[in-house]
Amino acid sequence: MRTLGSDSGFGELFKQYDVLGAFWVNIQLTLWSALFALVIGTVLALFRISPVGSLRWAGTAYVTVFRNTPLTIIMVFLTLGVWAQLHVTLSDDLQKNFFRLAIVGLSVYTASFVCEAIRSGVNTVPVGQAEAARAIGLTFLPAARIVILPQAFRGSVAPLGSTLIALTKNSTVASVVGVSTETSSLMKNMLEFNSSLLVAIFLTFAIGYVILVIPVGFATTALSRRLAVQR
Amino acid sequence: MRTRLLSAVALAAAATLALSACGSGSGGDDKKITIGIKFDQPGLGFQAGSTYSGFDVDVATYIAKKLGYDADQITWKESPSAQRESLLSSHQVDMVVATYSITDERKKTVAFAGPYFVAGQDLLVANDNSDITGPDALAGKKLCSVTGSTSAQKIKDTYADTVQLVEYPGYAECVTALTSGAVDAVTTDDIILAGLAAQPQNKGKVKLVGSPFSEESYGVGIPQDSTQCQAISDAITSMISDGSWQKFLDKNTDGTGYKPDADKNPPTVAPCGASS
Repeated sequence: MRTLGSDSGFGELFKQYDVLGAFWVNIQLTLWSALFALVIGTVLALFRISPVGSLRWAGTAYVTVFRNTPLTIIMVFLTLGVWAQLHVTLSDDLQKNFFRLAIVGLSVYTASFVCEAIRSGVNTVPVGQAEAARAIGLTFLPAARIVILPQAFRGSVAPLGSTLIALTKNSTVASVVGVSTETSSLMKNMLEFNSSLLVAIFLTFAIGYVILVIPVGFATTALSRRLAVQR
Repeated sequence: MRTRLLSAVALAAAATLALSACGSGSGGDDKKITIGIKFDQPGLGFQAGSTYSGFDVDVATYIAKKLGYDADQITWKESPSAQRESLLSSHQVDMVVATYSITDERKKTVAFAGPYFVAGQDLLVANDNSDITGPDALAGKKLCSVTGSTSAQKIKDTYADTVQLVEYPGYAECVTALTSGAVDAVTTDDIILAGLAAQPQNKGKVKLVGSPFSEESYGVGIPQDSTQCQAISDAITSMISDGSWQKFLDKNTDGTGYKPDADKNPPTVAPCGASS
């Protein structure tokens, strides 16, 4: 096995394959999915803490189903079931279509984790806060919007950060849907045709993800300290 | 109570030992060979439950027999395309028979015996399709192949630049998309397509176009320090001359109407240690 530094072929690989472009695809997948997952997850969390029984049931059912289904299965269902069998297309351009399908899959899956992260944040808000909100005449939605959720979000920064880190790495599952330009596909591709540089290629992608993920960890830890509600 | 528990544990341990002794005793001599194959390519290397079938499996079994291993002394190990070199160079497998094209890049890390088959890139289309006759007819069509495969890109670059590429992790997904009408064609080596077309659920629904437009020489991959190249080459030569090669091929592509390129098959085995 050759070592990292001594190989001149390694630099050539970067010209031949668009490694940074592949990471950019994963970053885009992550950011869009994070956005949609945050929206869906917040709505789900509202469902789960709402006073309406059927909404609570719906929220619980969603979380149970999607949190316990492997992401790969959701993705395969989206591409072979929803796209190939049911002919649902999100764009006429195939690459865009798969990219959007991947975002749908990642969002609905991650939303269940976001919901639970926010719910854990809700649990950090003392009951007295909800009672005080009720006492001044706020109904459920205004109370949640003005009193509960702002404090809950501040309490759930750390678990949300963990979810974001998991989402970043999960974005590689987009290859199952047919997004062929992302990192795991590119790595497989590079390994298959440049087997002599196996270790170097593997380390490139491993380190790439470390560089992506570590700042997220630091940022959310720092944020959760700063934003935590002092009680 | 305590002694009873202890004796129960001792009994269980003794039973386990007796059982495991029995397991290794029945095997006869301990000679084993580990062969890397594909587990997900019907007609070539395919795992159904605990049985393995396909052209590559038959070829590997024949070669192993010539090397002195019975079928029950073979351990099959899955070797996906991207892992074949590392499995060989780390000696986790003794040889790889897995639609393994002989290329110069791969020769840097592994050695090859063979070729035992020459495949060519072809197209698989729906059975009632008549307008796709070759790679030139793919303009504006949706073409499926596996992620990282050069075959789809080759079509886009050389034949039809308006073709839309769909890339899935496996060929099974491609064929599912083909039978449901979501894509118009699937491309890869003809013998792989023939194996997919021969699957019971696809029979009669898909067909090969039958105009191969590339050349892939499948070899038996072995570690670079292996001393068995000559023995494997001899086994392949005898497999071709005694009719087994044809028999394996017919058995595994039965009912698809697939005929390998007769000008190139059966191939002539290259001498060992030759660097091309």
